[in-house]
Amino acid sequence: MNINLKINGKTHSHDVEPRLLLIHYLREVVGLTGPHVGCETSLCGACTVELDGKAVKSCTMFAVQGDGANVTTIEGLAVDGKLHAMQEAFWNEHGAQCGFCTPGMIMASKQILDRNPHPTDEEIRQGLEGNVCRCTGYQHIVNAVRAAAKAGA
Amino acid sequence: MATTIAKPELLVGKRLRRREDPRLITGTATYVDDMKMPGMLYATIVRSPHAAAKIRSMDISKAAQHPGVAAVFTGKDTEKVGPVPCAASLPGLRVPHHYILAPERVYFVGHPVAVVVATDRYVAKDAADLIEIDWDVTDAVADPEKAIAKGAPAVHPEWPDNKAFDYHQEGGEVDKAFAEADVIVKQRITSQRLIPTPMETRGVVAEWRAADRQLNLYSSTQIPHLMRSLVAQMLGLEENRLRVVTPEVGGAFGCKLNVYAEEALMGFVAMKLNKPIKWIESRRENFLCTIHGRGHVDFYEVAAKKDGTITGIKLLIIQDLGAYHQLLTPAIPTLSVLMMPGLYKTANVRADIIGAFTNCVPTDAYRGAGRPEATHGIERMVDILAAELKMDPAEIRLKNFIQKEDFPFPTATGLTYDTGDYSLPLKKALGIAGYEELRAEQAEKRKKGELMGIGISTYGEICAFGPSPATAAGGWESATVKIDPSGKVTVMTGASPHGQGEETTFAQIAADELGVDIDDILVLHGDTAIVQYGIGTFGSRGTAVGGTAVYFALQDLKAKIKKFGAMLLGSDDVTLSGGVVTCNKTGATKTLQEIAGATYRAMTLPANTEPGLFATHFWEPPNFTFPFGAHIVISDIDRETGEIKIRRYIAVDDCGNILNPLIVDGQVHGGVAQGLGQALWEQAVYDESGQLVTGEMTDYVLPRAHMMPWIESDHTTTPTPVNPLGVKGVGEAGTIGCSPAMVNSVVDALSPLGVRHIDMPMTPEKIWRLISAGGAKA
Repeated sequence: MNINLKINGKTHSHDVEPRLLLIHYLREVVGLTGPHVGCETSLCGACTVELDGKAVKSCTMFAVQGDGANVTTIEGLAVDGKLHAMQEAFWNEHGAQCGFCTPGMIMASKQILDRNPHPTDEEIRQGLEGNVCRCTGYQHIVNAVRAAAKAGA
Repeated sequence: MATTIAKPELLVGKRLRRREDPRLITGTATYVDDMKMPGMLYATIVRSPHAAAKIRSMDISKAAQHPGVAAVFTGKDTEKVGPVPCAASLPGLRVPHHYILAPERVYFVGHPVAVVVATDRYVAKDAADLIEIDWDVTDAVADPEKAIAKGAPAVHPEWPDNKAFDYHQEGGEVDKAFAEADVIVKQRITSQRLIPTPMETRGVVAEWRAADRQLNLYSSTQIPHLMRSLVAQMLGLEENRLRVVTPEVGGAFGCKLNVYAEEALMGFVAMKLNKPIKWIESRRENFLCTIHGRGHVDFYEVAAKKDGTITGIKLLIIQDLGAYHQLLTPAIPTLSVLMMPGLYKTANVRADIIGAFTNCVPTDAYRGAGRPEATHGIERMVDILAAELKMDPAEIRLKNFIQKEDFPFPTATGLTYDTGDYSLPLKKALGIAGYEELRAEQAEKRKKGELMGIGISTYGEICAFGPSPATAAGGWESATVKIDPSGKVTVMTGASPHGQGEETTFAQIAADELGVDIDDILVLHGDTAIVQYGIGTFGSRGTAVGGTAVYFALQDLKAKIKKFGAMLLGSDDVTLSGGVVTCNKTGATKTLQEIAGATYRAMTLPANTEPGLFATHFWEPPNFTFPFGAHIVISDIDRETGEIKIRRYIAVDDCGNILNPLIVDGQVHGGVAQGLGQALWEQAVYDESGQLVTGEMTDYVLPRAHMMPWIESDHTTTPTPVNPLGVKGVGEAGTIGCSPAMVNSVVDALSPLGVRHIDMPMTPEKIWRLISAGGAKA
């Protein structure tokens, strides 16, 4: 099937198998390395990307379901080499250790603030429920989201 | 030329953000699955669906003929590849031959039996489904206590008792201590099987360059050099023809401190097909086939005097080994024995371990590796003793602690604890908690029937593995520091970090020692073609051993810088400070850049002087280090639902000197999360037929953000004399200190109902049942 997507501002057109998962399309066909495969069952959130402004788990969507969509991945957050405030906050607050969950975690965190610019810690934690980090115990991630909110991300 | 250069600010001890983060937060880091090579093929592994079975026949013809399939290999093809290695040795240890693909018989669900190689991962999986295997399923045993009971199915037919080893160790006069005891408390305590679950599963890319006779193996591992030595042996390849590279590693926690069948298997396939091969473990495979942790059933007896003085400890460990020994499997419970006295001054200990084979995936090192089990046991027993004697749990600990003036302290298990003042973190934690007020509040609540618990654990751990004679694979670590002609610095460490931030902390050490800007320093690791032989990152050793090797290499380099500076300045009376060598008589200076450039240029050198600025140091630690601390958990239990609400979590850890507080905090938080995971949610459950019931993230409950309490983290600082940095290690402290504090808190809450002990994980259902039964069946 032929599909057309706008990914990080650039148009991509490919003929793909109907069964190809969006995460594999982004990684193997388009050549991105940010979205990761963590669990293959939409439980860990390492594959989180934005699809038409909404955070989705790209491991349980087919690429063909994304036809015509506007996709933003972690690679698309920085503008002209300037980090997004959420990326900067993850760096400053030590929100990443091994870094594998980080791209998805940052995309999910950005979504929290897109929906609610001034969340409480409780709301941040609830908002991160779909993303697993095995390294940080989440405290520095919560700090990062709070700091990004303060910076007006 | 005299210049005035301000001495740069010292960076060790500063809360610096990490230098490895830019690639991680932009999604541009390269993990194994991000690697692509021309002509690369994808492998998928066919695994046993049964825990114990014989292969009557296997038909691979349909798979082999499937379009896009390059090859299928079975156990018959790989029989000559060396076995998956076990580096641990114990007297009388039974070591089953661990084929990389089972040729005839399988021993656990997930046991690999064939590999399918195809043009892409989808096609490989399609073809794998076409392999037909006729299984002769036999009886399995998945529980270690049942495995060693009479009449159990034999995991390995040659050893019908299912015992891999019996281990015994004792110190002091145990029988006398128990005969003379005023009180003896006994308890069976389990430390359940856990699934390490790094967010990145394992993965291997193998590339064979036939013309060069060179195998490049890219693997998500903690131990690139050990892997190189061992996989070269397995494949019959000269070690210098194998290069192991660890790209970015997405978490490990001990489960990648190993050499698995798949690393040699992908090397074998690449060499056979002369093509690059990629294998990425699925999450399901990660749950089934990557090592698990813990798996203890412990029987404790503690002897004490009426005043609470602990006089003796007896411990029997039944260790669930699984079907095989992975790299360190049988050694892990011996670490529990070493740590069994905890922080207490008991001279009389006796420990026995029965290593039990089961039809399960092997257990091995998982965050803490033997020490969480030991700490959980002794810290539970101290609380049980306190309850028996109606003593306060803080008071009984303070009474039994090894005292500050006792260090270095020889333990009953043969260790020498380096330094400590164990009362410091406990008193600090009690102060932060407001212990007296909390006990008063608890007394009031109890009158109203409300369930509030205060749980204390005071832990010690063995870190900085370790002196080589006591560390199975060698315990030293290496570092090379080189300075380029332009004055830029490169540190190459044999430690192989995977999230611990050593690219930052090691650069902090180098920046301070050399007096250069941290941005002029690059830290490289994880490539056997670049880095001199090393051991790796595990056992909280990265900074304490690897960082110390860097420190000593820097001392050698500084001597050389001074020597060249002196030569350029024409004076022997010089000082090196802040990246500048100064003549003490004239005040003339040479910068590091000037000196570095000169060392590489054609010039007349004094006798016995090599050009270049390059130093390598292999550091052998004289002892382990022994961090310690106190964790306190305040919990409230919902009588109606059994839900445990953590009101406060206080962690006071003493890991010696702290190089970067931001990174240390992160290690503590992550460690506590894994400790709470064990205490409250995580458990690998096998059913009687050996099927892993918790084989996906749906069924294996990992801590998530909304489940975690805020961790109030604080420190005391007792440097170690074992290394010049004074650092002890902090990677596992959170995990080790956590689970007993959490369980002690809930047991304390339920103690008015007569509850004395609860095994982990403390699920709401388990707690609700205890409350409903009035604690009678505790």
